[in-house]
Amino acid sequence: MKQQLENIENAAMAEASSSDSIKSLDELRIKYLGKKGELTAILKQMGKLSAEERPIIGQLANKVRQDIEEAITGKMSALKAKEKERKMSAESIDITLPGKKQSIGKLHALKIVENEIKEIFLGMGFSVADGPEVEYDYYNFEALNLPPDHPARDTQDTFYITDNILLRTQTSSVQVHVMENQKPPIRIISPGCVYRSDAVDATHSPLFHQIEGLVVDKGITMSDLKGTLETLMKKLYGNDCKIRLRPHHFPFTEPSAEVDVMCFNCHGEGCRICKGEGYIELLGAGMVHPKVLEGCGIDSSVYSGFAFGMGLERIVMRRFNISDMRLLFENDLRFLEQF
Amino acid sequence: MNLSMKWINDYVDLKNINIKQFCHEMTMSGSKVEGYETEGSEISNVVIGKLLSVVPHENSDHLVVCQVEVGKDAPIQIVTGAPNVKAGDVVPVALDGSTLPGGVKIKKGKLRGVESNGMLCSLGELGLTVHDFPYAIEDGIFIIEEDCSIGEDIHEALGLNDTSVEFEITSNRPDCLSVTGLAREASATFDLPLNIPVPSFKGVDGDINEILKVDIKNTESCKRYCAGIVKNVKIEPSPRWMRERLRASGIRPINNFVDITNYVMLEYGQPMHAFDLRYVKDSHINVRNAVNGEKITTLDGIERELSDEMLVIADSEKPVAVAGVMGGEYSGIMDDTTTVVFESAYFEPVQVRRTSKKLGLRSDASARYEKGVDTLISMTCLNRAFELVEMLGAGEVVKTVIDKDFTDKNLKTVEFSADWINNFLGTDIPESDMIKYLNSLGFSVENGKVISPSFRIDIEYKADIAEEVARIYGYNNIPSTPFKGVAEAEYTPEQKFTRTIENTMTALGCYEISTFSFISPKYFDKINLSADSKLRKTETIINPLGEDTSVMRTTIIPSMLEILSKNYNNRNSEVKLFELGKEYLPTDPDKLPEEPLRLAVGMYGGNIDFYDIKGIADALLKTVRIYDCDYVRTSDSDAFDEASAFHPGRSAVILKNGKAIGILGEIHPDVAENYGIEVKVYAAKLNVPEMLELSEKEITYKPMPKFPATTRDLSLICDDNLPAASIEKAIKKAAGKVLEKVTLFDVYKGKQIEEGKKSISYSISMRSHDGTLTDEQADSIMNKVLKALKDIGADLRM
Repeated sequence: MKQQLENIENAAMAEASSSDSIKSLDELRIKYLGKKGELTAILKQMGKLSAEERPIIGQLANKVRQDIEEAITGKMSALKAKEKERKMSAESIDITLPGKKQSIGKLHALKIVENEIKEIFLGMGFSVADGPEVEYDYYNFEALNLPPDHPARDTQDTFYITDNILLRTQTSSVQVHVMENQKPPIRIISPGCVYRSDAVDATHSPLFHQIEGLVVDKGITMSDLKGTLETLMKKLYGNDCKIRLRPHHFPFTEPSAEVDVMCFNCHGEGCRICKGEGYIELLGAGMVHPKVLEGCGIDSSVYSGFAFGMGLERIVMRRFNISDMRLLFENDLRFLEQF
Repeated sequence: MNLSMKWINDYVDLKNINIKQFCHEMTMSGSKVEGYETEGSEISNVVIGKLLSVVPHENSDHLVVCQVEVGKDAPIQIVTGAPNVKAGDVVPVALDGSTLPGGVKIKKGKLRGVESNGMLCSLGELGLTVHDFPYAIEDGIFIIEEDCSIGEDIHEALGLNDTSVEFEITSNRPDCLSVTGLAREASATFDLPLNIPVPSFKGVDGDINEILKVDIKNTESCKRYCAGIVKNVKIEPSPRWMRERLRASGIRPINNFVDITNYVMLEYGQPMHAFDLRYVKDSHINVRNAVNGEKITTLDGIERELSDEMLVIADSEKPVAVAGVMGGEYSGIMDDTTTVVFESAYFEPVQVRRTSKKLGLRSDASARYEKGVDTLISMTCLNRAFELVEMLGAGEVVKTVIDKDFTDKNLKTVEFSADWINNFLGTDIPESDMIKYLNSLGFSVENGKVISPSFRIDIEYKADIAEEVARIYGYNNIPSTPFKGVAEAEYTPEQKFTRTIENTMTALGCYEISTFSFISPKYFDKINLSADSKLRKTETIINPLGEDTSVMRTTIIPSMLEILSKNYNNRNSEVKLFELGKEYLPTDPDKLPEEPLRLAVGMYGGNIDFYDIKGIADALLKTVRIYDCDYVRTSDSDAFDEASAFHPGRSAVILKNGKAIGILGEIHPDVAENYGIEVKVYAAKLNVPEMLELSEKEITYKPMPKFPATTRDLSLICDDNLPAASIEKAIKKAAGKVLEKVTLFDVYKGKQIEEGKKSISYSISMRSHDGTLTDEQADSIMNKVLKALKDIGADLRM
């Protein structure tokens, strides 16, 4: 009987190892281990054995069953792995074919940069204020220390709706609204459209965008203005960005400055883009004129402040290397897709 | 303002400062340099030559062969075609390898077989005109009459060695529209001494009052009038040094008297006027307001009609000059003038500005007057003019002068506090340095006060003084402090809402556009807007650039259609766009318009239909939490006049709780044709403020269902024109609160369906929160639903 068991084991092992399909292994399992299988048939004869032989043969039979089972299971998993591999390989596709088209749009270049600047200022504690584009002369000029007949009005060719109502030429008008409605401390920026009577060309547009900034509080200094603008420029153009302030004149700030940023192309060496200057004019700024503060009911002997204004188009064009402002307003899809 | 570097060196010694440094430092202290130009910089290797002989060319009738001495070992031979040369003439000679203005290069060569080693130059070839050298001729070789030596470089010989620096002077600093003003700035900037001599003249005996009478009728507008007389004048070109300086300053030399007035104006910033006493009737000058309709022909030869708010210099009858703007042609200096009146006056800036604006006439004089000239300098400048007259030997100056003076002699003072300035700037500048800066700019500091010089009309506040200190100290020496203090900042609900819309629209596949908010009134016709539409009432620009940009848009739809049209013309085949932009809706006259924010959506191409744009609107509304909107036909709503732009059968107004928040649909084929778009175009406009108002602010979580849903599908047959919305409404009403969702899954017309009918199929999901619905319960609900549907004409399809 022992010999029989050993024969069965050897035969089963040989068959298992030569089996090449899951189906034949399943048959093998039935043939040897099934209820009517060969091993079972042998075990049915156990009763004929002596009490001494029975445990020995029983042990052997169990070992044989275990061995056969292991061999079949082992072979089975090897075959399954092979089968899976074959299937995977058959399912392989050309991953270089283009992806299926999903509909996704993009924000306008102007909005991308505007949002970026807004986020920078929000991080510095500036709120975002809004103001009317169709505006009273008072807010656009008079309250900003530009009375009628002021020569600086000439430099801002203005569109008028009536003698007293105009299209704002600068977002600085929002300064006045904010100061009239809010007591210091004030810390705002105000992005928006402004209008000047300039014919359309590569660098001019009768409608363009500005971002105005205003801070009013006790003890605000010109060095705070410099620090704020430096932070802005570093966040916009990178940590090695340098700015430079030049004295200038704006009726609503005193002292006033034009702020240049180091040329991104030549890093201050002077090149074609900066016309040899090494710096590019980027924005106007200054300490809020005492007359403007007083006009808005803010005591200039207690409070001081600074303001700045920058042209968004100029920043956007520089950022994306756009040479013609008209592209921004033509809105050709092939342009819009690029940002 | 163009500055002659030679000239400024009369007052401040800048010889040790190179031109680049000068331009940079001046810019950084507040006098912005736009650029500079060295005269004759394009000219090289051109020298003074003397013609030794001039003989005809053997092969040509019009060429001559010259032997020219140019200061070298031997004379050189040059062939020229100019007819005006003869032996002995001194001429400019461009040698072999020389350059001339305009990039011209001269090389030796042969002219009709005869060697020519250079070129004799005309005025024009050297970039000059007869105004620079009045004795020369335009067409021909420049025969030089200057004091110069043979072989001398042309720059030195002709004085072509000045550098002209162009400044951009801001409107608050008219004092810098002068050489002395810029000299003062340079002196402060470079910490160099300033020396402006006080002008004086000798004069000849005579009583001005016997020659000239002056009356000022309007002392508000004319605060000072100084006048004097030059007799026995000799009108001739002014000397070369004066012509050179004028040229470098961008002013054309005319004759000695005109040149003197310009010279003094450039030097001191005080406009001067000189006119012929012959034409001052009764020798009586009246400074008065013009009479309405009075006429004068100004120096530019144009007759101008005056009005009574304008100030004129008149004789006893008629105006001889528009005060501060321009002289009359009639009374100008001419070759036969014998007696000249010089005027140096102070006119009020606003007066000159208004006159100049109204006449549309600007001059170097008005540009200075309207910004404000030095109130106290009139007499100094008259003296300077007479000093120059005597220097030039141009005539005899009558010793006595007229001075009508109504100026306020008090100088403005401003409180001075070094601490305040340092606190304001964030600096630590010693008080002594501040005083030094201020003194160098002409201010004096006494007893805690800064006394402002009369030429600094811009000084009024402490902040003005701080600026003076800061710019000489150097803006870039002011430290940068990181911004201190904490402030809370966040977007307002409106701003957050707008950001959400932006992000949703891009996620829905739309590209953002940015358009002009002013449009052409013709655009209203282009969208077929009715003639009486309220949208035609616009904020209209009085002075537009053109009709295309002349009214503020009252509807954003045409802006979107314009851009779609441009894209279509540019052959972009599939386009989906959106814009967040304002409309400008007039309110009361003399009041500002409302400027509500709108979302415009526009698309064409790629097999889209009405349900695509509706799908976009639905998705957006869901994102901003506006649920259960109703869509009604545009014909059933009068909320949007732009309905005219849409296909009546394929457009809808979006209602939420009965309030119209938007319009969308297919653009009317006629309108699409107006825009030249030959495919179907879809557009939408949504009112952002209304959307914000209707958006659900509070979000409350509802527990997920514990019991399974029961789903029944229904296929119905009904009239084609029965709206799906009515069917859904009936289902919802009949099913009651167990109804979870009604989903349309098919609409079919055609085979097996009777003409004029449609088959419409829904999947109805029901769920109870109390337990699983039994089949009996579900059937009973469905029976109610079917009955309700039958009532509106929708039968179960068998």
